[in-house]
Amino acid sequence: MTDFPADRSITRKPDFSDAHLRRRYRAEARFRMYGIAAIFAALAMLAVLLGSIVSTGSSAFTQTEMALDIHLDAALIDPDGTRDPAILAKANYRKIVRDAMRAQFPDVSGRRNQRSLFKIISSGSDFDLRQFVEANTELIGTTQTIWFKTSADIDQLAKGAIPRDVPEGDRRVKDAQIGWFDTLDEDGRIRRSFNTTFFTSGDSREPEQAGVWGAVVGTALTLAVTLVLSFPIGVMAAVYLEEFAPKNRWTDLIEVNINNLAAVPSIVFGLLGLAVFLNFFGLPRSAPLVGGLVLALMTLPTVIIAGRAALQSVPRSIREAALGVGASPLQTVSHHVLPLAMPGILTGTIIGMARALGETAPLLMIGMVAFIVDIPRGFTDAATVLPVQVFLWADAPERAFVERTSAAIIVLLAFLIIMNLAAVLLRRKFERRW
Amino acid sequence: MNSLLLIVALLAVSALAYHYGRRKAFAAGSVGRLHSLPSYHGAYVALWCGLPAILVIAVWLMFQNSLVEGMVLAGLAGHVADLSEGQISLLLSDIRNLAAGDITSRAPDPTVLAAAERYGNLQRLGFVLMAGATFVLAVGGLYLGQRAIKPALRARPRVEHVLRWILLIASIVAILTTIGIVLSLLFESIRFFGQVSPIEFLFGLNWSPQTALRADQIGGSGAFGAVPIFAGTLLITVIAMIVAVPIGLMAAIYMAEYASPTTRSIVKPLLEILAGIPTVVYGFFAALTIGPLFRGVGESIGLPVASESALAAGLVMGVMIIPFVSSLSDDVINAVPQSLRDGSYALGATQSETIRQVILPASLHGIVGAILLAVSRAIGETMIVVMAAGLSANLTANPLEAVTTVTVQIVTLLVGDQEFDSAKTLAAFALGLVLFLVTLALNVVALRVVRKYREEYD
Amino acid sequence: MTEAVQVEGAPPPVEEGTTGMSNTVEAHAPSTRSAAAPTKVRAENVDVFYADKQALFGVSLGVPENQVTSLIGPSGCGKSTFLRCINRMNDTIPICRVTGNIEINEQDIYASEIDVVQLRARIGMVFQKPNPFPKSIYENVAYGPRIHGMAHGKADLDELVEQSLQRAGLWNEVKDRLGEPGTGLSGGQQQRLCIARAIAVNPDVILMDEPCSALDPIATARIEELMDELRQNYTIMIVTHSMQQAARVSQQTAFFHLGYLVESGATETIFTNPEDERTQDYITGRFG
Repeated sequence: MTDFPADRSITRKPDFSDAHLRRRYRAEARFRMYGIAAIFAALAMLAVLLGSIVSTGSSAFTQTEMALDIHLDAALIDPDGTRDPAILAKANYRKIVRDAMRAQFPDVSGRRNQRSLFKIISSGSDFDLRQFVEANTELIGTTQTIWFKTSADIDQLAKGAIPRDVPEGDRRVKDAQIGWFDTLDEDGRIRRSFNTTFFTSGDSREPEQAGVWGAVVGTALTLAVTLVLSFPIGVMAAVYLEEFAPKNRWTDLIEVNINNLAAVPSIVFGLLGLAVFLNFFGLPRSAPLVGGLVLALMTLPTVIIAGRAALQSVPRSIREAALGVGASPLQTVSHHVLPLAMPGILTGTIIGMARALGETAPLLMIGMVAFIVDIPRGFTDAATVLPVQVFLWADAPERAFVERTSAAIIVLLAFLIIMNLAAVLLRRKFERRW
Repeated sequence: MNSLLLIVALLAVSALAYHYGRRKAFAAGSVGRLHSLPSYHGAYVALWCGLPAILVIAVWLMFQNSLVEGMVLAGLAGHVADLSEGQISLLLSDIRNLAAGDITSRAPDPTVLAAAERYGNLQRLGFVLMAGATFVLAVGGLYLGQRAIKPALRARPRVEHVLRWILLIASIVAILTTIGIVLSLLFESIRFFGQVSPIEFLFGLNWSPQTALRADQIGGSGAFGAVPIFAGTLLITVIAMIVAVPIGLMAAIYMAEYASPTTRSIVKPLLEILAGIPTVVYGFFAALTIGPLFRGVGESIGLPVASESALAAGLVMGVMIIPFVSSLSDDVINAVPQSLRDGSYALGATQSETIRQVILPASLHGIVGAILLAVSRAIGETMIVVMAAGLSANLTANPLEAVTTVTVQIVTLLVGDQEFDSAKTLAAFALGLVLFLVTLALNVVALRVVRKYREEYD
Repeated sequence: MTEAVQVEGAPPPVEEGTTGMSNTVEAHAPSTRSAAAPTKVRAENVDVFYADKQALFGVSLGVPENQVTSLIGPSGCGKSTFLRCINRMNDTIPICRVTGNIEINEQDIYASEIDVVQLRARIGMVFQKPNPFPKSIYENVAYGPRIHGMAHGKADLDELVEQSLQRAGLWNEVKDRLGEPGTGLSGGQQQRLCIARAIAVNPDVILMDEPCSALDPIATARIEELMDELRQNYTIMIVTHSMQQAARVSQQTAFFHLGYLVESGATETIFTNPEDERTQDYITGRFG
């Protein structure tokens, strides 16, 4: 071994030639570029996605309104002057609104033209007027200038979403309607105001009357059920598996099972809810109770996994110290380990709840996809949730619903951002390195 | 709602029982003489008071509905005899709605009205009986529990014993969920395969479930061949992977090996935002922006692109999966020991040579696992394809055409349909079973591969 | 990085400095070199900082060619840090800062025109824990020659791999299973594989960072034997914890303590007649 045979390796040197090195550094630069390009592509998609949502959705937060001089005719509203709510509720407000429209545009004649004229004001105006009268009974008999929502098409026209320069047959707003709108605009009878309806109403067939409040309440009820079920059960399961379970095949099975459950497609949970909760137990369709149950089963693995990780990060020495002063295992866990692990568990729970908040597919299976106008008042009322509302509106053909869909998405994303921020803050505040 | 009130009342009584037990334990002797702390005596009494009662409520609620419905139907025996299963369930929902005071789908006939009344009465009777049983058990339990209180009572071990059982039961919920999923899918699928042969379902090339709506065609042949659906799912998944894997992997590599800590601290949360966006938002984006965009581009260069093309759905799904791939790969790459990097750099390798020839081969297992998990997620993803992919089952490999997927079919077959006996609705469960089994297999394999990888470097 | 070119076209004296490589006759001379061997690595006034913490203080050391120089000292004295300065592995640690002057073949390796990739190809390194790549034995050895474009064709590469494994004393043990993963070898074999991997690139200097600390005595003896053979062609620097090992394998020894180079010189002198009291105390086992 001391004497090497004719050994070329000893004279062979690495290729330090210019060309070779340059080739290698070019490859290096190229590879780096791929990485930057990949990140750039992902972030560009994010920007395009959010940009398109915000740009189409932000206009839904305002609503075009038109002023009408309404004569609150006592003979029509309250002929006997009783101010009885039952009578006020029954009056023909539609006629009052239409009379005011006719008075505004006296030269519009013929049924077809008039019907076209009435289409520029929201079909919900009679309801709005009724609410106005019920709130201001002392004004009956006077003439008031009242702002009404325009119809969704006129609203879109005012926002520039319906172009004026295409042929009349290709747009939803007719030339005559544009003329009336412009007349109103010149008279200062058109304004753009904050769209409160969007935040206070339930769903509606008329875009200008539709709002997300019903879906928000439905979401709150559903998530309340999810939280009440998944958090305690998840924490208890995590505590059992981490602190008490004997290490045997059974607990292995539970563990594998939980990991797999976390990756089961969400729609399968919907099928489970449909077959078990609706068909077998006969729980009501479309109810937040059932939605919450399904989402709780779906969130449970997330909470358990986060809980176990948090419990694992509490060092053994804490347990030994507690056991050493004579605490029972259960006392050790509930007095010492669990409080220390709680921030981690809460963070995991919030993240799980945020996922549940964005979930749509399983709720379609249990009928939370119905058209529901009323604001739900209990856990068994028919309800829908924000993401499902997005799904429903996305299907609607009107241009105005596109805008509202994006706006509903903005609301949904706002909730998600708040929840994730809470998780981040919680983690920052309580993060502990042992 | 009433049951909820009952449970709240029961909890309140249990809280009282706790205080009573504690007080009694204090009275029984000074804390030093007691075997357990007074609070454990309190908990002991509260458990006696609340636990049996709440179990009864749970069991009662589980079975009351089917029991009452059975009794109502038995009362209608003559009326029901010649009805099919689906008609019975429709009738039952009418009765339920009537009893709740809602309008029904058709004008109620007198027998149904009477049945509805009977239904309502039975429900009320059931609730009263349940409330009574709960009350008796709660009070009886409280009496028994408080009688046992004496200084020598081993309250703590007993309470802890019960609590441990409760913990165990909580951890079994996950198992029960899995069993519930498997059983409900299996049960309905078996009913489906009673009408349509499994061979036909798995290998048939023609999918048009709508034809089964015609009464004379229930279980008719040729309508339930799911191959086009599987092919469509595969096509969209492949497109999604073509987008997500290179971008996700390269992004992970850049973040793990090149990026400065500042860049990482900015880009990582941004990518996580991509992961946190609800899928319905991606679906809306795909249907409203990407689909029309592709069709427009196709039109301008003379290519026929369907507005619900597989390409649009797959692309957006790929974007959704990017952060999934990148965060899993990031973990995997970071798990490669520094010593391998050092070994390579010490030989004069550049960074990209080290990554391509040492780090990637070393983390291959983990990356394969990550990709399998991503595939499983793509297959199970629902909202993007429901909103942006087609409904008709075309058997094609052309990404510019519209295809349908398993999840899309499940949703379209089940949404808005209340009947539960037609092959059409049952087919959704058969598809669900296939979906569950495929994703389960992928997950099991992926988790095993990843675990093996972890062991390599631990 | 384009400055790398200038190294390539460096003046002739530098090339001649690599005597062991260009002058094969001399390199094959079996005699032990005298203390007057030319200096291969020269460090002057080297300070190393990790963030604000200083790890090395003004270290100056000359390492003679074709000898084994061992760096000894108690844990945390800075000997590994110093070793990692010589192939600039410290560059991979972002918070690490090196000042002072280190020359190899009278060329400043921290000069701006030096290309790290080239530098490391000229200086091999063997680590404390064997770190074979998760590839086949063959691929482990072929990795360096491949990236540096040292072989032309399969046969050429085969020859190079065989020679490297032979020189690392591993060939006979693995020649029938070159396709098996390198991670499947025993610890001692893995470490020799890593040595083969390093010498496949034919470096001027080989750095060894406690190469035997994870090995059993028999494997250790095998590596020590190997070092003695390798020093005919290479300049070797080894960090070791074991004074016996330093005494057995090295011709030169440098003693580090608390970040200072306390004393350096011929191994014999250091171990029999140290000048500094701390060296005396350390080698007689009073601390460390």
